[in-house]
Amino acid sequence: MSNNIALHYDIDGKDFTMAGEASSSIKKVLGQLGISPDIIRRVAISVYEAEMNCVIHAGGGFADVVINPEKICITVSDNGPGIPDVELAMKEGYSTAPNSIRQLGFGAGMGLPNIKNYTDEIKIKTNVGKGTSVEMVIYIAGKQPNI
Amino acid sequence: MKQYFHSVTLDTEKCKGCTNCIKHCPTEAIRVRDGKAKIINERCIDCGECIKVCPYHAKKAITDDFSRIFDFKYKIALVAPSMYLQFKNKPDINAILTGIKALGFDEVFEVARAAELVTEATRKFIKEGDYAKPLISSACPAIIRLIRIKFPSLVPNVVPILAPIELGAWLAKEKAIIETGIKPNEIGAFFITPCAAKVTCTYSPIGVESSLVDGCISMKELYLRLLPVLKHLKNPEQLATAQLEGISWANNGGESSALESEHHISVDGIWNVIKVLEELENETLDDIDFVEASACVGGCVGGPLTVENSFVATTRISSILDNTTLSPSIYGWSDDIYNASRWKVPLKFEQVMKLDDNLEQAMAKLERIEEIYEGLPQLDCGSCGAPSCKALAEDIIRGYAVETDCVFKLRERVKKLAAEMLLLEGKSSGKNE
Ligand SMILES: Nc1ncnc2c1ncn2[C@@H]1O[C@H](COP(=O)(O)OP(=O)(O)OP(=O)(O)O)[C@@H](O)[C@H]1O
Ligand code: SF4
Ligand SMILES: [Mg+2]
Repeated sequence: MSNNIALHYDIDGKDFTMAGEASSSIKKVLGQLGISPDIIRRVAISVYEAEMNCVIHAGGGFADVVINPEKICITVSDNGPGIPDVELAMKEGYSTAPNSIRQLGFGAGMGLPNIKNYTDEIKIKTNVGKGTSVEMVIYIAGKQPNI
Repeated sequence: MKQYFHSVTLDTEKCKGCTNCIKHCPTEAIRVRDGKAKIINERCIDCGECIKVCPYHAKKAITDDFSRIFDFKYKIALVAPSMYLQFKNKPDINAILTGIKALGFDEVFEVARAAELVTEATRKFIKEGDYAKPLISSACPAIIRLIRIKFPSLVPNVVPILAPIELGAWLAKEKAIIETGIKPNEIGAFFITPCAAKVTCTYSPIGVESSLVDGCISMKELYLRLLPVLKHLKNPEQLATAQLEGISWANNGGESSALESEHHISVDGIWNVIKVLEELENETLDDIDFVEASACVGGCVGGPLTVENSFVATTRISSILDNTTLSPSIYGWSDDIYNASRWKVPLKFEQVMKLDDNLEQAMAKLERIEEIYEGLPQLDCGSCGAPSCKALAEDIIRGYAVETDCVFKLRERVKKLAAEMLLLEGKSSGKNE
């Protein structure tokens, strides 16, 4: 019996009404594991935001999830344009989303700040022109290290 | 653990094992095993989708036999507003209520009246301001059960106020006790129900320890009894007091319009509701204060035990009210009513999908599920009796199914066996020579 579970989801970049599928599937899995609602919620929102970014700003990608008894690690990666200034991108309200996207209710510049709020750790690796990967860690109740 | 009672059940005789229902169940609670559908009780939310979709009418809602009302000395009918909208010739509400009384009840109580008080209570609750946003209506028990088992993070958002039937049962019984002096246990309150979910919530009540509703009679059944009575009814009693505000709870949107809440949405149809709840859980719907959600298309007028087409029924509200002379209600708004309407028992999340109490065991099981799933054809064809290949893989691990329930796996297995037999035959005949 191995001590972790690895899951992989493709994120379709062509149809963003489909986005949210990785988030829903992960939610289902965490429910099967009996993870507490509060943690499921934090994971779901974080994955959803990362997934949306992946679709809107990078034309799709994939999500990899590793769950072990201590923590849930999710990496959402893409081969999109990359983020030139990560610090700026992390600021509340900063967005480069075009008008067409804003009219659909996205592009408030709240995605990354939300992820930061809801996760215990967030690491963004990005290369302009090559792609971005957002690594998120959420500790399962009682296992949080003192941060 | 106490077995969870719920109303939707299978008529085994009628079930042909066709698997039509399995993919229509929003919580994947149905399997076809040994040629018959089976409902996984704790996952069923009683939304009635399977009742609506079954071509052989093999899914039904358990309701009470009408004769049960005669177990009580004093009999009260709790009449849902959707009942008023079932008749083609649009009789006035006084006639309908008088007719129901004539069937053997001592008293009729309009649930629409309780709905008005619930609206008032919700307003007061909102004013007090101490709640998670957006609030989700607690009127449809199928939706509440859905939230309880599938949307744990939305549990705190459900309005902690009784549904109109429960408040109605309390009001009607209090009045009967005071006016007649009859003992509480000799007073029976029966709800004329448009759906299975409301039956379930009289057994497994929401917000209270035990329900004051003593039984539920199917709206369809009551309708059939009522038609001949209405034909010959003369001089109806003046019983109707509920206003448009309460009666419009029968259709989706009625509750929110009664609330006059500015930023509300009303969603109907279980699949639409699921979509909205997903979005709420992902926090992608801003600026919404109140969500009214009904499992049935059109709201309770679309309930599985109603008679009339819901789209037609909805259009009748105003003409029926025009026909009806309303009397002033005896129920005024008071703090007592507010206190009675508040939940006494909080809503709790139920982990019905959990694979194991122990996290590591659950993880091991999940891994096995993924392995089995990888080996399945991933066509989600449903021939195995499970709604998807994932669901079959999970059933196998839970011990409810075996891999060869999958027709493709079975074929593979048979082919292999046949090949082995040939080989064996060849060997043995070789020896004989
Ligand atoms: N995967 C990505 N690839 C390229 N750029 C990205 C990616 N993710 C985020 N960005 C950049 O970072 C900015 C901020 O992202 P953030 O998620 O905070 O806001 P947003 O997506 O613009 O709006 P919102 O998330 O509120 O709908 C984006 O506008 C975009 O310029
Ligand atoms: S919408 Fe009304 S009729 Fe339908 S399940 Fe909910 S409460 Fe019952
Ligand atoms: Mg974003």
